[in-house]
Amino acid sequence: MSNPAYGWRVDDIDTDEMILNMGPQHPSTHGVLRIELRTDGEVVRAARPHIGYLHRCFEKHAESVDYPGVIPYTDRMDYVASMGNSLGYALAVEQLMGIEVGPYVQTIRVIMAELQRIASHCIAVGTYGMDIGAFTPFLHLLRDREKILDLFEWTCGARLLYNYNWVGGVSHDVPDGFVKACRQFLREFDATTYPEMIDLLIKNKIFIKRTAGIGVCSPELAVSYDLTGPNLRGSGPPRDLRRDEPYLGYENYEFEVIVGEGQFGPRGSCFDRNWVRALEMRESAKILHQAVDRLEKMEHTDVHEKVPKRVKPAKGEVYARSEAPRGQLGYYIVADGTGINPYRVKVKSPCFTAMSIFHVLAKGMYIADIIALIGSLDVVLGEIDR
Amino acid sequence: MDAPAIHAKLADRFREKIVAFQAETLQPWAVIAPDAIAEVATFAKSDPALAFDNLLCLSAVDYPKEDPPRMEVVYHLFSYEHRHKFVLKVHLPREGAHVPTVEGTWAVANWHEREAYDLFGMVFDGHSDMRRILLPDDWIGHPLRKDWVDPDFYNGMHVKPTQQMAERAMAGEKIGVGPFDITPPNRHVDE
Amino acid sequence: MDLVFGILPAGLPYWLRVALASGACAVILITLMALGPIAYVYVETKIAGFMQDRIGPKRVGPHGLLQTIADAVKLMFKEAIYPAGADKLLFILAPCLVVVGAFLSFVVLPFSSRLQAVDLNVGLFYVVAVSSISTVGLIMAGWASNNKYALFGAMRSAAQIVSYEIPAVMVLLTVVMMAGSLSLQDIVWAQTGGLSRWFLFRYFPLMPVAFVIFFTAGLAECNRAPFDIPEAESELVAGFHTEYSGFFFAMFFLAEYTEMFVISVVASVLFLGGWMAPLPVLQQLGPVGLGPIWLLAKAWSLVFVMMWLRWTLPRLRVDQLMYVAWKVLLPISMVLVVAVGGLTLWPRTASGFPWDRWAGWILTPLLFAYLAYMIVAARRWSARRTREMAA
Repeated sequence: MSNPAYGWRVDDIDTDEMILNMGPQHPSTHGVLRIELRTDGEVVRAARPHIGYLHRCFEKHAESVDYPGVIPYTDRMDYVASMGNSLGYALAVEQLMGIEVGPYVQTIRVIMAELQRIASHCIAVGTYGMDIGAFTPFLHLLRDREKILDLFEWTCGARLLYNYNWVGGVSHDVPDGFVKACRQFLREFDATTYPEMIDLLIKNKIFIKRTAGIGVCSPELAVSYDLTGPNLRGSGPPRDLRRDEPYLGYENYEFEVIVGEGQFGPRGSCFDRNWVRALEMRESAKILHQAVDRLEKMEHTDVHEKVPKRVKPAKGEVYARSEAPRGQLGYYIVADGTGINPYRVKVKSPCFTAMSIFHVLAKGMYIADIIALIGSLDVVLGEIDR
Repeated sequence: MDAPAIHAKLADRFREKIVAFQAETLQPWAVIAPDAIAEVATFAKSDPALAFDNLLCLSAVDYPKEDPPRMEVVYHLFSYEHRHKFVLKVHLPREGAHVPTVEGTWAVANWHEREAYDLFGMVFDGHSDMRRILLPDDWIGHPLRKDWVDPDFYNGMHVKPTQQMAERAMAGEKIGVGPFDITPPNRHVDE
Repeated sequence: MDLVFGILPAGLPYWLRVALASGACAVILITLMALGPIAYVYVETKIAGFMQDRIGPKRVGPHGLLQTIADAVKLMFKEAIYPAGADKLLFILAPCLVVVGAFLSFVVLPFSSRLQAVDLNVGLFYVVAVSSISTVGLIMAGWASNNKYALFGAMRSAAQIVSYEIPAVMVLLTVVMMAGSLSLQDIVWAQTGGLSRWFLFRYFPLMPVAFVIFFTAGLAECNRAPFDIPEAESELVAGFHTEYSGFFFAMFFLAEYTEMFVISVVASVLFLGGWMAPLPVLQQLGPVGLGPIWLLAKAWSLVFVMMWLRWTLPRLRVDQLMYVAWKVLLPISMVLVVAVGGLTLWPRTASGFPWDRWAGWILTPLLFAYLAYMIVAARRWSARRTREMAA
């Protein structure tokens, strides 16, 4: 089938071109992704990603369970950063039902979301280094991610898929001593994890040579393909939902929106996107310091106070967005007013749109750079395929 | 600009193509005639007062029980410049629906429309690559429709070995016992 | 070999004595060569573990010492899979060639003044020549696997090795000019007299640069990080040895670690004084010569540095790799050849710069002091961190 969008025709392959298949089983494609490359030696002429290997019919399942029952399904979409998924869904349903959670629950949600952001960026930056060939920072960052997962396990019993953000509240209150443990983690993070990562990986000359200057995405292209989060900020526009449309009281926290600066090459390269993620970890730590201080002084209310006995919204629909670690996560929920199951839940996942820009950026790269490009877009196939 | 003003601007330009406008909801929407959606999209993006440069989400919803039964394609628009949002909807018949593509306006619609076609069955005219994206290429049917029934077999494999199969096995039918017909389809014939 | 030859009784016919002597040498060398990688793999996994803040193998045997033996046994029992469409003869021949290329160089390595299989008077030339046999083996492996990825890996590997041969050999030329001979034993003898006479510290700063170039090019020859594009795990699964399983895979591994050792020994012989001790007084412990121990100490520390680099640095992309070889290393090595050649010819500097006498014994203690300071600082830092974490 001829397809001008991908520059692909089966019958006009030159004799010196090769069709190479990366995946679906491949060490570096961040999940089950299959990329068909049409290469001329090492240079890629056209790339065509195939997704759908991890499609688990989330949207169909959501129509057959009730509103709170969808939350474990949402966790499993972006399994690396589960808190963000359930947060987005809970915010959407709360908007639909007109529920406003109290400041205590809001602060807990912020703490969990920011801890999850640091953990998710640990994986993003670590695996990116590993794809480039630096094995050691991955293990150091994972060691530090374990500390965050210990905090999560202490709070809600799960390390990866939490079912934490409920409609109207959270599932478990933070245990006693959580503030102290959180501060301990932040101390170690500021003292060792973050400086080590910058030193060992981000400032490494070879790493910079491998990533700066490839995969350059202009801001217009990024907006047209609906890139969000660190992918968009790497190209320049300082768009962050926590700043532009604050939710959960983010307007009361002081933090900077990190933007790619193009220090080592054109702005919007793979290095810039990775740079945004690395520095965002520090900003999340800043937010965490403030949130933890606030939590300590706040009076502890019941976290299940606003959780309705039966989630049965009136007829209506809403599209709610939140800033997940990988970009803007959007939930379009249609409620038909009868029954306790959602009528339609559509998820706009940030990695889905990030993957759609792949075939544009991949032209003219080397095969080694394809790996760097996928890593810099930070795709998790669970979210793309749902 | 708020929603009524945006609707006024669109209605001003497209008159009868803007079929309806619902303002009393959380996120107001305007219903567009299917054949005009591409022009409305181009106008929404290029007009300096509207400047909807971002398509947040393109979803399809199936309403079989409405009167008349319809499928909707919902476009959530956002403008980075003016920070306003709007929702466009297109009502389509449930069978044989065709909508012009908005891929030329927002490049991200490419994959969103492929997903809508894959799961619902509406065809986007003018799309550069109208084929399935999430489901296997040889899947038959569009699963997210409300009247979807799982097939019994896919390429010789049982799709849903559940209560039905248990009952049939109890009735004596040989289930889960070979030989199976698992010849994969020939994908190279018609890409 | 002369040693063994001399031990044999004179009554035996000449050809028999030669045959027995060379046979015994071959057996000894092959045993040592084969045992080496077992230790290196264990050391590498342990070092990797410690650098990555984990422990490494610890269950198989005390402190995981038997891990490599377990791995070797497992690999031997694995099914040898031949991919469909693979050229069977070449498929089997390829790992053999790679191993042979690595092992043949052992023949001329001088472990002490008398412990050397054969003292060829073109020893260095021989080493460079036979290590190129491995390249043929690599290409064969990639081609015979009937796998696009493997072919990619093999092509990249061939390009890389061939490109890095040139700076390496040019740098060897500088050493040869200074020693006046290609024989490895002569090169070691030319470095008698203690630390300051080692080639590394002569003609300062030219020879240290030469050493760095040789070491870098040597890393590229072994396909070690940061030049491990041919076996880049995250891109090509395993590069040219993707399709190999079981014992053939073990042979590739064997060859890689042996090659590492060979490059380290050659680097120590050429630049670090071979089997010479840093101070003449340390050379003999009573009647026993400590030559082999010194050579092994130097070679093993260079192997450690190679492993250290692998786990620290990311990988260079193939075109950047080529850039480094052709546009950075090659011009510098050409300049070095011309400069050192000129300096050896000019009578005034034929035996080194005037400050060479001090460069050796001043710089080396400074270097060691700096390394010691870094180690102490690192230990202090990690102790501080541990205290913080406990707080």
